Amino acid sequence: MSTITEFTKGLYKENPVFRLALGLCPTLAVSTSIENGLGMGVAALFVLLGSNIIVSLIRKAVPPKIRIPVYIVIIATFVTIAEMLMQAFSPQLYKSLGIFVPLIVVNCIILGRAEAFAGKNTVGRSILDALGMGLGFTLALVLLGFFRELLGSGKLLGIPVLGTSYQPVLLMILPPGAFLTLGLFLGFFNWLESRK
Amino acid sequence: MDLGNLFVIVIASIFINNFVLARSLGICPYIGVSRRLDSALSMGIAVTFVMTLASAATWLIYTVLLAPETNVWGVDLIFLKTIAFILVIAVLVQLIEMIIQKTSAGLYKALGIYLPLITTNCAILGVAVLNIEEGYSFIESLIHSFSAGVGFTMALVLMSGLREKYELAELPESMKGAPIAFITAGLMAIAFLGFSGFSLK
Repeated sequence: MSTITEFTKGLYKENPVFRLALGLCPTLAVSTSIENGLGMGVAALFVLLGSNIIVSLIRKAVPPKIRIPVYIVIIATFVTIAEMLMQAFSPQLYKSLGIFVPLIVVNCIILGRAEAFAGKNTVGRSILDALGMGLGFTLALVLLGFFRELLGSGKLLGIPVLGTSYQPVLLMILPPGAFLTLGLFLGFFNWLESRK
Repeated sequence: MDLGNLFVIVIASIFINNFVLARSLGICPYIGVSRRLDSALSMGIAVTFVMTLASAATWLIYTVLLAPETNVWGVDLIFLKTIAFILVIAVLVQLIEMIIQKTSAGLYKALGIYLPLITTNCAILGVAVLNIEEGYSFIESLIHSFSAGVGFTMALVLMSGLREKYELAELPESMKGAPIAFITAGLMAIAFLGFSGFSLK
């Protein structure tokens, strides 16, 4: 596989949310608005980048039998760093993401990439893979956040866009809206794929 | 011990704040293991079991080793919470797997394949973090995590009942599998919104 596709595969062809259906808990929970989606996406991208770099650096030193616990500790360390940075620089976002910040540890995209990619590839490729996958995840969250925020509150990035006559569909920013939107998106991407 | 308070925790964590349908936790097993009723039930029982044990372990670790007010060295180690919790959970799951394998072949056969999946089930770490955030006592944590597990099992079993029915329905090809499962979950979540009108005080 060429270097470029290492990066681009995460954006569409192997998009973690829409194509691989990974990392769904945070996807459903925090895609209530573009801002929350972007915040979670960037935090996950940071953790993914950090863990992919370290995992690929030490891949030859880690005995295969204990690799999973080692990966989990590395990921948890980066999550703690992300948690502290977020608390310091964006307490508002930290509050609205709530328990889903520490839960980045169990986001299966991150452990999945460490196990399936970074543990077998060079640092350079792992960085590209992390950037692609992280951006793909962010894109998915922002896309879901866009529709849910628009329909659920008539706003985009907190600015009213649909006018005062629009009656917000509150359901869209509640959990059911997340399930319905994601279901329709998964179906849509399956349909796109089947037309090829 | 205030029994009324415990009752509120039980009802709230099964119905009002259902882990799957209201808090969006544990979605992967919810979609992945809800194809058949018996496997859904086994998964639910395994998760409830691990959740209760994990929250006991993490609560003790937090109180004895991490929280500055109560820990043995009086130093603020709360920043280690995430790392400590996930390690405790991973070790615990491994331990349970080993114990079950040695003591009960039948139980191992029923739950064995689900146990490794549980380490990265966000419902387990989620319940541990929630116990701390809500400031629950030890007993309250146990009750909360057990009933959260019951709520999870209920959602899983209900879902598998629905899926066994619509397996035979005619669907557009691209909606089969996960997409229609999410739509179904969305409709179930709307039904569960009805519970959020309860005020338990």
